[in-house]
Amino acid sequence: MQGAAPIEVRDLTVAFGDFVVQRELNFTVAKGDIFVIMGGSGCGKSTLMRALIGLQRPTQGTVLYDGEDFWNAAPERQEQLKRRLGVMFQSGALWSSLTLAENIALPLTEYTTLPPRLISEIVSFKLALVGLAGFERLYPSELSGGMKKRAGLARAIALDPEILIIDEPSSGLDPLTARRLDDLIVELRDSLGTTIIVISHELASILGIGSNSIFLDGETHTMIATGNPQEARRSGPTQVRNFLSRGSL
Amino acid sequence: MAAHDQGDTWRFVSSRITAEELRISFAGDWSLNQHLPDAEVLAAELGATIHRLGFATDDLLGWDTGFLAILTALFKICAAKGIIVDQSGLPKGVQHLLALAAAVPEQEGAGRDQGRPPLLHQVGTVTIDYFHGLPAMLHFLGELILSLGRLLIGRAQFQFSDLWWEIQEVGPKALGIVSVICFLVGLILAYLGADQLRMAGAQIYIADLVAIGMLREMGAMMTGIIIAGRTGAAFAAQLGTMQVNEEIDAFKTMGISPIDYLVMPRMLALLLMMPILTLYASFIGILAGMLIATTIFHIGVFEYYTETVRALALKHFLVGLSKGTVYGAMVAYAGCLRGMQCGRSAEAVGEAATSAVVTAILLITISASLMTIIYYQLGI
Repeated sequence: MQGAAPIEVRDLTVAFGDFVVQRELNFTVAKGDIFVIMGGSGCGKSTLMRALIGLQRPTQGTVLYDGEDFWNAAPERQEQLKRRLGVMFQSGALWSSLTLAENIALPLTEYTTLPPRLISEIVSFKLALVGLAGFERLYPSELSGGMKKRAGLARAIALDPEILIIDEPSSGLDPLTARRLDDLIVELRDSLGTTIIVISHELASILGIGSNSIFLDGETHTMIATGNPQEARRSGPTQVRNFLSRGSL
Repeated sequence: MAAHDQGDTWRFVSSRITAEELRISFAGDWSLNQHLPDAEVLAAELGATIHRLGFATDDLLGWDTGFLAILTALFKICAAKGIIVDQSGLPKGVQHLLALAAAVPEQEGAGRDQGRPPLLHQVGTVTIDYFHGLPAMLHFLGELILSLGRLLIGRAQFQFSDLWWEIQEVGPKALGIVSVICFLVGLILAYLGADQLRMAGAQIYIADLVAIGMLREMGAMMTGIIIAGRTGAAFAAQLGTMQVNEEIDAFKTMGISPIDYLVMPRMLALLLMMPILTLYASFIGILAGMLIATTIFHIGVFEYYTETVRALALKHFLVGLSKGTVYGAMVAYAGCLRGMQCGRSAEAVGEAATSAVVTAILLITISASLMTIIYYQLGI
């Protein structure tokens, strides 16, 4: 389908058994957006992410990638659709039995026919992009939390995905590294046209890079605002304004 | 009116201002290291006619969060009795911290222990949970078969280097413990046989008993149980930790099947190694039997050897190998299943490892009984 948005979420409800985490979510992520999913701790941001990336089947509604229904597609088609995504997990989720270089090389060797030498050059370049040049031969257990995150991002962009989904990029990072990571995210969008979804509750990040957003409310279990975070801070519902100004209302 | 002192320095005096108003004066050190009382001691001062409570703290020398906890509990009691509390007599810092603690209202029912349900209820829940687990077990079996299919037509995301690594872990590294245990089992069989066969004056048949016993049953069974505890638990813990670290999610979102990539090398390694380990275990057991028979019970080495060779028909080899292979499959299945089902906490990894061993031993015992009956019926 032409002209369809990269991601459209329709009437999505995610639940654990009888406990509804978020209900009736509707939003569209446009191409080139940096779309922020925000909300307080425990409101269901990560659960929504799991429904977006095919890890948890929603109890209702679906996710459309370029107009194509993900959750009602055949399993083989789902695998193909998933390949458009790059995902950075909250803790990095690096494969602990592989070195950093092997972690980033694995998707490349699985899905491309590039010569090994080029693959190792790509790996080094991706590591350099996230500020980890020279760390190729270390194992994940030898890295700090922030380095794991950045290596996780390097792996997520290994295949230059059309859509990049990032869970809590800057939490637990020092301000400078967090800023560098934000700059990198914006740069990826600007230069490669990647559509980016960021799950975050870091204000500096949300307000600095977000072009569109939804706000998930933990009490009513649904989204209560959508739109540009800067505008939401000025004219959104009270809870959202409160959240985006650290409760100084 | 009331004072209290137990050698610690905290004290309080309560005095009635009017018939309706009580003032508690705190003195001394109200810190956690002073064996503070609980709020009931203070609440005991509240008479039935009291409607207002005030405080004086002129002689209060020190306080910390212990003091705050007591006050918070006292306020709750007051609220329940409809007594109005006037905090203005308390130090400023105390008032601020109390206000901060009261800022977010208590979440109803969040994480509170709801008490244990009755025993019958618990038994029912466990049973229902167990049967709800069966479809998941079959589903995992189905996924394994599909993955095996992909492997056979060369379309699996399978790493032969991983297989080699797992074979190394599963096979050679288990030789030590298998040797020790199966040597002792062979020894036990020999003593058992010697005692029973002596009555019939047929001690030479120790050789038959040990050889057939080890090869047909005990070699495979003991190896299966050792491997369940050693390798099955390791599989569950490894995969479980990967589940906790979201590593398995990362495979799934990359479109790499964790079954192909993580489970298959482990399954195949065990399937390849178990027959070899079983044969080795039986050999060690027979060796132990021979040692005992020739040294303790004075049977000639050559005699024993000939009798052993005569007893060992091909069918016993095949029975032993088939059992070993099946037990290996059970251990690998249980270990990988429980690892992949693992929750997202350190405790869950422990449960996965425990459950893997229990499931494996259960499956081994069930399949052992079934195979023994089937082979008997077939006359093998």
